[in-house]
Amino acid sequence: METLVFALLNGAIYGLLLFMLSSGLTLIFSMMGVLNFAHASFYMLGAYLAFTITEGTSFWIALFLAPVLVGGVGMLVERYGLRKVHAQGHVAELLFTFGLAYLIDELVKIFWGRTAVNYRVPEILDFPLFTLYGAQYPAYRIFILFVAAFMLVALWYLLKKTRAGLIIQAALSHPHMVGSLGHNVPLIFMTVFGAGCALAGLAGVIGGNYFVTDPAMAVQMGPIVFVVVVVGGLGSLEGAFIAAMLIGLLQTSAISINASLADIFGFIGLGADTELGEITIASMAPMLPFLLLVLILMIRPRGLMGDREV
Amino acid sequence: MTLALELKDLRKSFGPAKIIQGVNLQIEKGERHAIIGPNGAGKSTLFNLISGRFFPSSGEVKLNGEVISGKRPFEINRMGLSRSFQVSNIFTNMTVRENVRCGVLYSMGYGMSFWRNIGNLKEVSQKTAQILDEVGLLDKANLPAASLPYADQRTLEIAITIAGGAEVILLDEPTAGMSHSETDRAVALIEKASQGKTLLIVEHDMGVVFGMADRISVLVYGEIIATGTPEEIRGDAKVREAYLGEDAQALEGVA
Amino acid sequence: MTDMTASHAALEPSRSDKFRQRTVPLILFAVVLLVIPLFNPSRSMVTLLNHMGITIVFALSYNMLLGRAGLLSFGHAVYMGLGGYFAVHVMNWIAEGTGIWGSVPMFSMPAFGFGAGALAGAVIGWPSCRRAGTPFAMISLGVAELVAAAGFMFDSLFGGEMGISGDRMNGPELFGLSLGPVDEVYWFIAFWTFIGVLGTYAFTRTPLGKLSEATRDNPERVEFVGYSPQRVRYLVFIFAGAFAGMAGGMSAVQDEIFTPENLSLIPSGAILIATYVGGIRYFTGPIMGAIVMTYMGSNLSDYTAGWLLYLGLMFVCVVMFLPDGIAGIVYGTADTIRQGRAGEMWRTWMLRLMGLALVGAAIITIVEVAFRWSDGYGEVFEPFGLQLTVENPLTWVIGILSLVLGILALRRAAKGGGK
Repeated sequence: METLVFALLNGAIYGLLLFMLSSGLTLIFSMMGVLNFAHASFYMLGAYLAFTITEGTSFWIALFLAPVLVGGVGMLVERYGLRKVHAQGHVAELLFTFGLAYLIDELVKIFWGRTAVNYRVPEILDFPLFTLYGAQYPAYRIFILFVAAFMLVALWYLLKKTRAGLIIQAALSHPHMVGSLGHNVPLIFMTVFGAGCALAGLAGVIGGNYFVTDPAMAVQMGPIVFVVVVVGGLGSLEGAFIAAMLIGLLQTSAISINASLADIFGFIGLGADTELGEITIASMAPMLPFLLLVLILMIRPRGLMGDREV
Repeated sequence: MTLALELKDLRKSFGPAKIIQGVNLQIEKGERHAIIGPNGAGKSTLFNLISGRFFPSSGEVKLNGEVISGKRPFEINRMGLSRSFQVSNIFTNMTVRENVRCGVLYSMGYGMSFWRNIGNLKEVSQKTAQILDEVGLLDKANLPAASLPYADQRTLEIAITIAGGAEVILLDEPTAGMSHSETDRAVALIEKASQGKTLLIVEHDMGVVFGMADRISVLVYGEIIATGTPEEIRGDAKVREAYLGEDAQALEGVA
Repeated sequence: MTDMTASHAALEPSRSDKFRQRTVPLILFAVVLLVIPLFNPSRSMVTLLNHMGITIVFALSYNMLLGRAGLLSFGHAVYMGLGGYFAVHVMNWIAEGTGIWGSVPMFSMPAFGFGAGALAGAVIGWPSCRRAGTPFAMISLGVAELVAAAGFMFDSLFGGEMGISGDRMNGPELFGLSLGPVDEVYWFIAFWTFIGVLGTYAFTRTPLGKLSEATRDNPERVEFVGYSPQRVRYLVFIFAGAFAGMAGGMSAVQDEIFTPENLSLIPSGAILIATYVGGIRYFTGPIMGAIVMTYMGSNLSDYTAGWLLYLGLMFVCVVMFLPDGIAGIVYGTADTIRQGRAGEMWRTWMLRLMGLALVGAAIITIVEVAFRWSDGYGEVFEPFGLQLTVENPLTWVIGILSLVLGILALRRAAKGGGK
């Protein structure tokens, strides 16, 4: 019970962080058809910028400023890079963002070094909030939960209740129509790309000190975010949310399961001394999202909530 | 006598929009059948249903007595039905000759073979040359398809369609956007290429339709309101009603 | 109708054209492979050449997907890796010499890699080839992660982080090659590189190869001439996997080790960059890309810590400004000279080169200074005796001024200026 509750809480936090990343990716993908390969690099950029801003001023300024800066970088990238490549088709766009991921990773190494930086949870939030089954639960995790929930509500409000949201929603399903209706599509694209990057940056600000802020964080996070987007269904925010929570819970709870495959499949004769039998569920945790991806593609190619088939 | 093509109560809706609302049509072997109708009547959708691009919501399509609705386009094509597209749908990065050759390959039984050199397939080369000659693109054979002028691209579209030697040919507005002389050439080409074959054609140019078709069907709002010989159609009151104004004069014009 | 045999003959490229365009380059390539050892290259040079050969085959197999079939894969190293791993296992079986394995020559490893790569392509391609474009790219990424993760998990198959090593000096000798010294391995690599080039080129001439191009251009139309695009992609995918596996088999003999790292996204990304920079629209593009990238990878990485940054910059620039890659430049230049517009081109090229040199100098200055600054060891970038530090205004003058001038020159050249 104890492990289950902790796994659920931690899984929800991880899932919300994943959603923060994948919502931006989904918005960008469904509107522009671009799979932003560098998305996780913007997440990393957010964490590093937050670290620097926190050093100079405070975490609270970083919480607002870093996502804005990342969003700005995203808009510049769209305006002066992606837009030029757009005419050459989606594969070229994907390749461009692939190269961009390379560049951002290397630039981060130049500015902040090759090892992890000491980006820490702000002191004011660095205390155990409550004690559960004798174990203390850090307040910062609950803070992440709140920020993510706030973002979720804000995103929902923006998309469903504002005029800008209406245009974005329309552009999600019928990008060409929106242009015909006289909206400035390049501007919308630039804004959405920037906003998506800002969301990734925000995830970096609150995730960077929860995990570790090092140059490998983009490479670790990137593929999982893609899995979330495909499993959820390309272009579906609801699907991305469900998939993010699912993968968050799956991965965090898998880590806490020490049972081996032999314990589970022993009844079909899988011995504990065989190589396959020795593998524990915990050690399989990093693989699980990709396993889920392959399963989904075979059973339901359009993803959980997607309307277009993968 | 089996029918080349038979549509039975064919229906297609996109969400709440009923585009095709119960079409029945019987086309005999060797017949040249034209489908006319105002814009948005569902002519292209009908073609897409027959050729397998869309699955019908209900009803069925039979090709030579066999049900083909629900099959994939490539399966239908292999059964002997070939179609062209209203917007030229060619392989833009290949040469004209390679385009036609893609149409020829399957019918020559080479499938997806990877153990043969395509340059050594004599029958394929000859058939390709013959088709190119037939449509008059022989001198442009080695040009990139994307560099062809519009009318030639339309011709290439037809060439790819007939290359596989299908018995039933569907042409979607083959002369759209062509000048008078280009249209005349295209019509001559279509008449030659469809000799001994079954032809189903969607066309806006009434001159072409009434000059070429054995029978005509008029599609309005997803329903066929009349089918008959050109004379019958010209005299049909319902058709005149559907073609009020400008188009009615078009009907007169070809009388 | 005109005389058909005549029209047919006029349509096909003539025998001499075919010879000139197809056979001569292959013969030239073989001659180059044969002549290289006459120059007595050093051991490290031979090793570099061997790696070039492996990368050439790998890049060509990758271009079967990206250039010919229009399929962007982020996980092609999986097939080279699995092919290579299988070859290393076979090498160890040969070393044990039990049963039939005692009589298998080491020379045949790439053939085993070919088979293993094809099998891997057949299994993995089935769920991944349903769609092209972005979904395919995402799936290839997921599959690559999955296989790489599995690689770190199953030690008996993949040897954990240390990988599995083999010994190439076992089994019967073929062509009198013991494969001990690297210059004997050179002949092995040269042979299989030629087979790889020949094989991938022959593939482009088959009906399936042509259909893969048609499917890339217009998958919908392919369906209406009787082919299933999924099936075409799947078959091409198997072949691409097979040739990648062959490169794996070559690498197994050359380097005698495979680690799960070989399956990961890093080599997959590297081959994508090499192929694209070489030029995916030309058959020879990936060959050029493989040569240039392997050379740069082994040399630049010695000179500067920032070589990955240069690589990334170069890649982004190629995507944005030179989508036809190195091959595009080479053939474009050759065409211009043939059309007798060399003089005109010459001036544009001078302008372009000047621009590139200026931009290059600016970027190198900034990057190198930045790297030394970020290391914090107090090293100073000293080109031509200049002391370029972050504090030195000269650094920024050189950096910014030449960047601006260079970009101006390039823009001028792009507008066809210089006249």
